[in-house]
Amino acid sequence: MKKTLVLLAIATSTLAQAEPLTFDFKDPKGVNNVVFKLDAPLESINGTASGISGTVTGDPDKLETITGRIVVAAETLHVPNPVMKEHMHGEKWLDTKANAEIVFDLKSVSNVKRDGNSGTADVSGTFTLKGISKDVTVPVTITYLPGKLKARGGDVDGDLLVIRSNFTINRSDFQIQAGQSADKVAENIEVSLSIAGASPKKS
Amino acid sequence: MLTKGMRICSVVCLAGVLVAWFTLGANLGWTKTSIATQHVDEITGIEFPVFENRFVPGVEFLALGIGGAIALAALSFLPNLKKNNL
Repeated sequence: MKKTLVLLAIATSTLAQAEPLTFDFKDPKGVNNVVFKLDAPLESINGTASGISGTVTGDPDKLETITGRIVVAAETLHVPNPVMKEHMHGEKWLDTKANAEIVFDLKSVSNVKRDGNSGTADVSGTFTLKGISKDVTVPVTITYLPGKLKARGGDVDGDLLVIRSNFTINRSDFQIQAGQSADKVAENIEVSLSIAGASPKKS
Repeated sequence: MLTKGMRICSVVCLAGVLVAWFTLGANLGWTKTSIATQHVDEITGIEFPVFENRFVPGVEFLALGIGGAIALAALSFLPNLKKNNL
C-alpha cells in the first residue's frame, strides 16, 4: 500500500512537471522590443518596435514542445526622424493602417541544444508582414527563469521565458516597394528580437 | 540700407544655424525628434530603449540654414537693389 502511494506521488509530480505553461508576452514594463536595421549604400535606417503581445505555450524543460504566436503592433515601429517614420508607416511602404499587425506564428522547434535553463534552437513558423505570409526558420536563444516573475516587481509569483533571436528578412519578399530605392533602403532587414513572457502561478 | 540689412541677416542666420546645429548635438544624420537611451532589465538581461522627446537638428537643417543664408546674401547683390541704393 505504502509502495503504491509513493509510486502514485512520483507519477503525479512527474505529470505536474510536464504540464505545459503559457507565457504571456504583453509586457507592462515596456522592456520587450524589436530592433530593425537596414544598411543601404546611401542610408542606414535603425528603428525599434515595442508594441509586443502574444503567447507561447509549452514545457520549458522540453523546448521542442513550444508553440505560440508573437504579435508586433505595426504602428509602434519607430525611427527617430519624423518624416522617415511617416513614410515608413505610409501606404507606399508598410501601410500600417491596413496591416496593423506583424505576426510570427511559432509552429515547431528543432535542433535544441540545452545549457542549464537556457538553450538554442531553430524555430520554424509563419512570418506575416504587410499581409504577406512566408514560412521561415530562425535561430533563437530561449532562457527559462523559474520563479523570477515576482522579482521584476508586482505581487504575482510565476516564471519568465526570455526569447532572443536575430534574423534577416528581405523586404521584396513581403512586397515592400520590391526592388525600389535599394540605394537608400536596403533590401535586407536585420531583425533583433528580445522578449520576455510571464507565466503567473495558478493559485 | 536694405542690402546692408540683408547681408547682416544672412550672417546672423548662418551663425545661428551653425551654433544651433553644433550645440544641439552636431548630428551628421537626419534630424531627430526623439533620442533613445539604452537600459537593461536586471532580471531578464534584455536591453531596451527608453525614448525622450528631443529635437536634434541634422544635416538637412544645416543645409537649409546655410542655403537660406547664401540666398539672402546673393539677393543683396542683385543689381536692382544696388542701383536703387536701397
